[in-house]
Amino acid sequence: MITAERKPFDEILELVDGHNKILVAGCDTCVAICLTGGEKEAEILASELRMKAQADGREVEVEHTAAIRQCEWEYLDMIAAKVDEADVVLSMACGIGIQSMAEKFAPKLVVPAVNTNMLGMPQEHAVWLERCGACGECVIGETAGICPVVRCSKSLMNGPCGGSHDGKCEVTTPEKEDIDCAWHLIWERLKAQGREELMHKIRPPKDWSKSSSGGPRKMVKEEAKPV
Amino acid sequence: MADDFEPEIIVFACHYCAYAAADLAGSMRLQYPSTIRMIKLPCTGKLEVIHLLRALEAGADGVYAAGCLEGECHYLKGNLWARKRVEHVKRLLPEVGLEPERVEMYNMSSAQGPEFARVATEFTERIKALGPNPLRRHGVSPHAAAREAARDVALPDEAPAGAAAPAPAAEAPAQAPTEKGPAA
Repeated sequence: MITAERKPFDEILELVDGHNKILVAGCDTCVAICLTGGEKEAEILASELRMKAQADGREVEVEHTAAIRQCEWEYLDMIAAKVDEADVVLSMACGIGIQSMAEKFAPKLVVPAVNTNMLGMPQEHAVWLERCGACGECVIGETAGICPVVRCSKSLMNGPCGGSHDGKCEVTTPEKEDIDCAWHLIWERLKAQGREELMHKIRPPKDWSKSSSGGPRKMVKEEAKPV
Repeated sequence: MADDFEPEIIVFACHYCAYAAADLAGSMRLQYPSTIRMIKLPCTGKLEVIHLLRALEAGADGVYAAGCLEGECHYLKGNLWARKRVEHVKRLLPEVGLEPERVEMYNMSSAQGPEFARVATEFTERIKALGPNPLRRHGVSPHAAAREAARDVALPDEAPAGAAAPAPAAEAPAQAPTEKGPAA
């Protein structure tokens, strides 16, 4: 899923500074599942903003709502009435949802309340790990189902590097302690699969033009376009 | 602080322990401040962040959750979840200009009537020292707002001992907290 983290409260305050009618808009899909921007979290942020405004002696109206998905036009129609009444929309959706809102309701000011951070999976309750970089050319068929693009700190296509030690990556920060070496994991699983020879395959430089380096990507499915 | 400040404190009390402990404190004729307003939950694990925020937003001077002793939760870990949520609210409050000491988590068993009275007294003293919640507004009831926020999870209050009639099936609708700011 797409995961996101809420922005620091002070940054959110700056984004809505000077506006008196604020709509906090949650999204009940990915960001709700990662406990950041669903209706529950939108209600909490709205409550905080009201308390802050009142404590500062400012007259501000703050309401909250949530779209089932902010990233699809149809669902945005369902919250249009509330958006119309607001001076500014504080979207808690991922970057896709926020941009959809900004485009749908232009020139309404739509600002982000979250930082979209990764395509991740919940490894355990309340813990998410990055699993996909949306690179546009998936290689995990040869790497035992483990993505070297995002799980190797250097995105090496021919790993491991000299920084792999006892199965751990040399990259360590307080926030990223004990990163597993992706290429160690790949080797262990290839062995278990009896496919060790894939480790010796030399992979040419990756074509990053299929990733975000190639400019904004577009996908069209002609067979599914309305007639 | 004016000596006549009487705080309004919302208590989210577990049906299995703190609520029964309050009952016991009453039976034991223990004295505790009349500042507290109880909302009964089936377990403090049902307590959510927004319940605490709504109570404070409506002007409650303090809010605490009272759950079972750790390791003794009827639902195993509900009281531990509640503690995490209370701690989360403690982190949020300074951002909006409120003291984190206005929320707390307590643990007690149903047999601890004196502990219930002690906690109510201790927390009341703490809130008296902090002073009134600056968000308090005339005509807004923190208890009604908290009850409304927790309407999907709160249990109805039990009829006082010796009451002739059973508790009504449905409670009178609580006053909803306003969605809008102070001047709205």
